[in-house]
Parts: sequence; structure tokens; C-alpha cells
Amino acid sequence: MFDIDRWNEIWHALTKNKVRSLLTAFGVFWGIFMLIIMSGASNGLKNGIVEGVAKFATNSAFIWTDRTSEPYKGFTRGRYWLFNSDDLVYLKANVPEMEFLTPKNFGQFGAANNVIRGRLSGSYNVKGDYPDYVKIDPYTIVYGRWINEMDIRDRRKVCVIGEKVYETLFEANEDPLGEYLKISGVYYQVVGVIRPETRVNINGRAEESVFLPFTTMQQTFNMGDQVHFLAFTAKKGVPVSVVEEKVKTILKKRHSISPTDTQALQSVNIEKQFQQISGLFLGIGILTWIVGIGTLMAGVIGVSNIMLVIVRERTKEIGVQRALGARPSTIISQIMLESVVLTTVAGYIGLSLGVGLLELVNKALEMQAKGGDEIFFRHPEVNLNIALASLAVLVIAGLFAGSIPAKRALSIKPIEALREE
Amino acid sequence: MIVLDSIHKSYVTGTNSLHVLKGIDLEIGAGEFVSVMGSSGSGKSTLLNILGILDDYDSGSYVLNGKKIKGLNETKAAMLRNEMIGFVFQSFNLISFKNARENVALPLYYQKVSRRKRNVIAMEYLDRMGLKDWADHLPSELSGGQKQRVAIARALISNPKVILADEPTGALDTVTSFEVMDILKEVNDQGITVIIVTHEHDIASMTRKIIRLRDGIIAEVIVNGDLQLYRDRVLAE
Ligand SMILES: Nc1ncnc2c1ncn2[C@@H]1O[C@H](COP(=O)(O)OP(=O)(O)OP(=O)(O)O)[C@@H](O)[C@H]1O
Ligand SMILES: [Mg+2]
Repeated sequence: MFDIDRWNEIWHALTKNKVRSLLTAFGVFWGIFMLIIMSGASNGLKNGIVEGVAKFATNSAFIWTDRTSEPYKGFTRGRYWLFNSDDLVYLKANVPEMEFLTPKNFGQFGAANNVIRGRLSGSYNVKGDYPDYVKIDPYTIVYGRWINEMDIRDRRKVCVIGEKVYETLFEANEDPLGEYLKISGVYYQVVGVIRPETRVNINGRAEESVFLPFTTMQQTFNMGDQVHFLAFTAKKGVPVSVVEEKVKTILKKRHSISPTDTQALQSVNIEKQFQQISGLFLGIGILTWIVGIGTLMAGVIGVSNIMLVIVRERTKEIGVQRALGARPSTIISQIMLESVVLTTVAGYIGLSLGVGLLELVNKALEMQAKGGDEIFFRHPEVNLNIALASLAVLVIAGLFAGSIPAKRALSIKPIEALREE
Repeated sequence: MIVLDSIHKSYVTGTNSLHVLKGIDLEIGAGEFVSVMGSSGSGKSTLLNILGILDDYDSGSYVLNGKKIKGLNETKAAMLRNEMIGFVFQSFNLISFKNARENVALPLYYQKVSRRKRNVIAMEYLDRMGLKDWADHLPSELSGGQKQRVAIARALISNPKVILADEPTGALDTVTSFEVMDILKEVNDQGITVIIVTHEHDIASMTRKIIRLRDGIIAEVIVNGDLQLYRDRVLAE
């Protein structure tokens, strides 16, 4: 194996016709390169989306109201309606499969310059929230804290602001805690600054939102006991859809909505969405491998072909070697080794270039991400296992490609190879 | 050394069958120097190939050095060729991308002799052929006679019992032919059996025994003695 003569033979055989060897090697190179790039790209897409929602509670669902579409119990269709605070109490008491239930209210969407601090102002989404909400969609605390139970109970006039809000209304590194913001005409004390950990946005981006205690918002925005939006999670082992159905049935009953009305209650089941996305990525992954392996196979067949040509060209030489006492095993291993070297070297170059390119793309993407851009394509990397697996595939493919020419070489009788033309 | 008993050999091509050897009985002792002659197509090469275990025969028996040669598998045949037989071909059959030393060392490579050791031995043999200074030259840089001497060195390096040479001087001019024959004679003087196929009477005359083939059988065997004079006359010209 590490005999210099053997490498000498290989080198000679492959360099005798450089262009042909290069073209053949290119087939394998391209196969593995494409495989790496494609699986990197599909990983990148997956990471982009999965990272965006990774920390989000997957066992959650959201629900909100819309106009009714069916007349029921004396009400006409087209009725506007909302949840109320009593619903919360009732649901908590009657749906034991539910883990967290948090309501959310929204201020007027897109109100101009509704948040003011001294001479600075901005237009932000105002949301009323519960402490438990961060258990569904987690936030990183940059300053201070998130809304707590005391805020809710005492309807305190405090607020938590998104990072972008802080950057606009405060000096860099200025301590925002204890400062006051005027929001739609009322002053609130800043108790925290948050940065979202996911890219799931409900009614606008979290970093550009101002969060008030839910009960405070109901009061100061004159919402009475209205509730706009519910988010909940299921207990371990219970599918969210079960909880979702129960919640819907209860709410419809409590608000005299027809059980068959599909428009009046809108919902998103994150669990189902996740499953769909996972299915999609599984599909992309399988496709990647089918196409990649196909390309690789074409390259390998090319190698096999060229080895056949090499064997034919060297018929006489092989005959001489056998007359001099080369055993069949020596000839076979020689040809196999040539084929493996050709595929592995070409494949390794493809592998390195593919990984290198992905690395460059990754760097560029990270720079963009640091700039705060929304990117749905991240870390297009290929894991080590795949890289090692493809190297193994290459070696095996090389052996496979060499086996047919090796068989051909063996079938040449020394006497026939030696016959003078 | 070599005992052939009514060897038959036919070549089958499609539906045709060509009976080439029709019962060869032959005994060649250790240390003999034999030439095989006969018209073109009389089966000389066929016979030599059977002797060299490059080809199998149909019926009869062939015993080489006490070992019956019949239906061997390729690995066994390769091993026997490697240790018992040295080949010299009309067209030299050197490996074009290997230099003289590497060509000579090749049979030892198949015996798994270490690279350094086989290079030392190869140099010894090249030296004996007077080709020490040509060790690093590729075959394309050598003359015909030099190439054949390299080929003889290659045939000798594995210490064979028999040297088989199919028209070793066929591609050489007269003077070079005689040089090559002198070398083969020296080889024979060391006790190695040498069997050559040739068309030329003056070449055959330098061997000790001439086997004449005709129509697939041995027509006559001439034990050389008087022809020595013939050789001297040719050399004198
Ligand atoms: N592989 C083969 N298949 C079919 N016929 C063959 C084969 N090898 C040789 N022959 C035939 O067998 C006969 C003997 O061939 P061989 O090569 O032994 O002759 P030769 O005595 O060496 O002739 P030359 O002096 O021309 O070399 C020839 O008629 C040849 O055509
Ligand atoms: Mg012949």
C-alpha cells in the first residue's frame, strides 16, 4: 500500500492522459461538490427558520376573534365580538390539559408617534401582556425585568420596551430604568428592556413594541374586560390540537357562536406548523440526497469508464507483469487503488471547496445578521458526519468503479496480451 | 528438468479448431541450451508458451522440475513463473515508464523484496550486462541490444531454473544478435537451462541442441557439434 512503486504506477497511469483524468475527476468533484452545497443550502434554510422559532414553545396555539359567519341563537351573522376576562377564569378552571394561558391586548395598530420621551418620539405597537407570556415566546432581558404578578394585580403604570424602542428614545448605554414614557397620553415608568429570542411576531416585531401589564392596558385604554387574543400551551403529552378544540368549544358556547362557525374563531396551531415545516425539510433533505447521489454516481461511472480505457491501453504491460510473476491479486489491487485514489482525491477537493464556499456564505450571512437584517438563511453548514459519510461513499464508489476494469484486466490472459501484432 | 509427453494443443476460434501441437514428446535436462526451429506457424511459440505456463495444453503431460503442470490457477501459475522461469521476448517488452533498473527489479517486487534490496541486486545484474551506466535510462533511450540485455537481466534476477526466449534476436542486427547470444551462453554456462525459438540457422548453431518442428510434431533433433565451425565462419566475416 505504501510502496513507492505502487504510487509510481498510479501516478504514471493517471498522468499519461492528463486531460482525460482531469475530466473524469471533475465528474466526481462536481458530484460531491453539489451534494455538499445542496445539503448545506437546505440546512441553511432549515437553520434560518428553525433558529427563528427554536426557543418558541412548540406545544402552543393562538386564538383570536373575527366576525361571525352564521346566525345563531337570535344573533344575526356578521356580529363583532371579543373574549372577556371571565373567559380566562373559566378556561383555567375547565381545561385541565392546559399548561399556560396568557391573554394579550393590542393598542391601535400603526398609531403615529404614540410613544414620547421629552423631545423624542416614535410609532410603536403597544401590547398588554401577562408574566407567563415569556414562557411561550421567550425574551432576553437587556435591562430590568419583564412584567410581574404585582404589576398585574395593582394595575401599575409601568412598561417594558423592546430594544429598538430603547435605542431610539435613549442615549447609548443610558440607564432607562425609572424613566418615564408618555404612551397615548399617559405616563408609564420603564421597568425593563427586552430583546426577542425568536423571530415570531404577533402584531408587529417585539423589539419595536411597548409592553404594558395586561390589566393596566385594559384600564388605561378603556377596554373594560375585553380580551383580544389568547395564547396557551398544552401540558406534556397532550397534543395542542386537543386543548385547542376544547378551548374553542367552550368559547363558542359562552359567546353564543354556532358550533359550525369556522370564521368567528381564528387560530394558529404552532405544533401543526412545526410538523409541516419538518416534513418540508425532510422532503428537501431526501431530494438533496437523491440528486447529489445521482450526480455522484454519474461521476463514479465516469471513473469506471476511464479505468476501463486505461486497462485496455495497458493490456500488454499487464501481460508482461503477469509473465514476470505478478499475481492476480497484485493486478486487482493496483487497479482498485488507482480508482480509489482518483475518486477520493477528486471527491476530497470537491468536499473541501464545497465546505469552504459554505463557510464564506456563512460569514457573509452573519455579517448581515449582525446588521440586524431579517435573514431566513443561516449557518448553511454540513455536519462532520455527512462529510465523513461522503468520504466513505467516495472510497466505496472508487472500489465499485475499479471493480469492473479490474475484472477486465484479470480476464486478459498473459499470452494474449503478449502476442505480437 | 522438462519432460513433455504427447502434448496436444488446439486453438478453437468460433466453429473452427486448429490443431497446432500434435503429440510432442520432449525431454530437456537441467543446464541444456536448446533452440527450437521450424517454419512460420509450425507451433514454436505455442510450445514455448506452454513451457512457460503462459498457456495450458489439451492433453498429454508436462512436468517441470518434478512438478506436474496442468490446470493451475492464475496465482499458482504466477508464482511458478516468478520463481522458475525467466522470459525474454522478441520485442523486449520493457515497461516504458520505468527506467532500466526498475525494469530489472520488477520480478523481485512481486516477491515482495524490499525496494532498497532489489535495487542493489538489479544493479548487480545490470553490471553483469555491462549496463551499469544506463541504469537510470528509460527504455526509449536504449538501443535494441541494450534493451534486450536489460530484458535478460530482468529474466535472470529471480534466479530462474529456465530461460525461455522467443526469437530474442529477431529484432536485432547480426552483431548485436551475437552479443546477445554470447550473454545467453554465459547464462547457460552457469547451469541455467536456456530454450530459444529462432528462425536463423547461425543463431541456432550457437546452441547445443536444435529441435525442428514440422506440422505440430518434432521432425528432428540435431545435437550440435559440427555446426560450431559454421558459427566461427560467420563471425569471421
Ligand atoms: N490464440 C490463437 N488462436 C488461434 N490460433 C492461434 C493462436 N495462437 C496461434 N495460433 C495459430 O497457431 C499456429 C501456430 O502458431 P505459433 O505462434 O505457435 O507459430 P510459430 O511457429 O511461433 O510461428 P512464427 O514463426 O511465425 O512465430 C498458427 O497457425 C497460428 O495462426
Ligand atoms: Mg512465434
